[in-house]
Amino acid sequence: MIRAFKNPLLSLLGVLAVGAIFQFAFDEYIQLMVLFITVNCLMAMSLNLVNGYTGQFSLGHAGFMAIGAYFTAYASTHWNFLPAELQGVSFFIFAIGSGLAAALAGFLVGLPSLRLKGDYLAIVTLGFGEIIRVSLLNMDVLGGPRGFANIPGFSNFYMSYSFAVLWILICFFTIWRVMKSSWGRGFLSVREDEIAAESTGVNTTGMKVRAFVLSSFFAGVAGALFAHFTNFINPSSFTFLQSVNAVIMVVLGGMGSMTGSIIAAIFVTSLPEALRPLQEWTGVDLRMVIYSLSLILVMILRPKGIMGELEITDLWRKYVRRSARS
Amino acid sequence: MQDFVQHLINGISLGSIYALIALGYTMVYGILKMINFAHSDVYMVGAFGAFYIARAFGIEANPGVGSLAILLISSMLVCSILGLLIERLAYRPLRNAPKLNILITAIGVSLFLEYGGQALFGANPRVFPEVMKDFVIFSFGNVELKSFDVTVLIVSVLAMLGLQYLIYKTKLGKAMRAVSANASVASLLGVNPDKIIAFTFIVGSALAGVGSVLVGMKYPKIDPLMGMMIGMKAFVAAVLGGIGNVRGAVLGALIMGLSEEMVVAYLSSTYRDALAFGILIAILIFKPAGLLGKYSVEKV
Repeated sequence: MIRAFKNPLLSLLGVLAVGAIFQFAFDEYIQLMVLFITVNCLMAMSLNLVNGYTGQFSLGHAGFMAIGAYFTAYASTHWNFLPAELQGVSFFIFAIGSGLAAALAGFLVGLPSLRLKGDYLAIVTLGFGEIIRVSLLNMDVLGGPRGFANIPGFSNFYMSYSFAVLWILICFFTIWRVMKSSWGRGFLSVREDEIAAESTGVNTTGMKVRAFVLSSFFAGVAGALFAHFTNFINPSSFTFLQSVNAVIMVVLGGMGSMTGSIIAAIFVTSLPEALRPLQEWTGVDLRMVIYSLSLILVMILRPKGIMGELEITDLWRKYVRRSARS
Repeated sequence: MQDFVQHLINGISLGSIYALIALGYTMVYGILKMINFAHSDVYMVGAFGAFYIARAFGIEANPGVGSLAILLISSMLVCSILGLLIERLAYRPLRNAPKLNILITAIGVSLFLEYGGQALFGANPRVFPEVMKDFVIFSFGNVELKSFDVTVLIVSVLAMLGLQYLIYKTKLGKAMRAVSANASVASLLGVNPDKIIAFTFIVGSALAGVGSVLVGMKYPKIDPLMGMMIGMKAFVAAVLGGIGNVRGAVLGALIMGLSEEMVVAYLSSTYRDALAFGILIAILIFKPAGLLGKYSVEKV
């Protein structure tokens, strides 16, 4: 049964069926939450490629998301080359465009800065993220600090959801296949021991740049989805905190586990809503306090994150099938 | 020309505040090879500590040098206790962990202090009590030398001289330099690295406490997120001067303060925050060890 989900088409149908349940059984508030979860899933999975698999720490992911969001916002309000019935197709093309724009930015950012390591890389990517945000603030074509309003979106929840699911599966299976290829081995070798990888002939900077570009592509797509779902974006949606949010998801889910990232994205996005009664009772915003505390505790108690490098399917193999055999 | 001199004075005053905070970053980096992201939030807690102590003792009523001294000492105490706690509870369990984990923990501690502070102190900005009267000491045309700028400069120079004495003239400072050079060899020679690291955190945090009172005096609005930006800039200053190098941190901070003041004066204030990162990226690409840093070759 688990193996069936390794087939993209079957998993698409499965996840779409889940969406159908949400379409009819829940109200708009929860539906919007589900859409935000899909955006965060994309963010977490793409960051996991850099942070979990390649072992490089990037804190500028919100910047790439911003580039994607602004590209889509501009494109879908200014360019109408397809009839209105084919809106979904044009959105898909614009999402690819956003991804490519973000990937280009990722290349430009990555090429010089990925020669740095650890702390420095984190701080430089943070710097690039902030520079992107400040530049957006100063661009009057894109609305500047007022933001970009009236971005066309999908007509109903199910359309938005299917669009998001399509992209999540593209992201998931792309990264899945890449990690099984020689590039994937290169990424892992960079994470494990950079000097050893270099001396066995892996082009470590090249590997890092590849991971970074692929990751920023999907972050750009996540930004595009975000723009369509909220219909309004402004530079303050893409601050340092948004990047940290993605990092929290990757770390909590497990650095190097894609299903872990998805689970953490679902958990981290829905936790504040679950905490709302507590928040009203105490009158303070406890969300970030709990996140940060759990981040520290996870790092001390389980340094690789909750799932470690295991996927859900590995857990299935490890526990369920073993117990069936015995 | 007169404007320029005024900007110069403001820039040096800003730079000396950055220097106090940058010293904390550079000391911890020198000894532990980690960026203590929570340092700027220790500074924030110091400002709030001074705020509440001033309120409890009724210091706001009588501004003067005496109350400045009391606030400085109390803020230093609050900060060093907090720094010690952070080191003991969050960083020590991870002493031998991979660098990525330490970095993530540091960010976690920083966020915890920021948002814990928001929950505890409230998110609204508070007005820092008037520690001293601000008056013009010296004026020449448009140029004004205010007592705040002079106080900031005097206090920070005193603090830095004290640090210099501590590091280069005392036994404790010698131990710190030894641990920074090689912790395991230092421990063979009878230095307890854990104690020295804890002491480094205390000293760095105390300097942040001094900085917090000075900033509160000069820009009397404090809120739980105040550490974010100033911490970033102080960190950039530390990297600019060569991280791990105490004199470099001061030099970098002065350059940062001056260039920021000039950007605001002659270009546009919206680019103020981007400037720090611009400098950082340029430095890391062209001279990764900073202005006064030493290059080291990584060994396998």
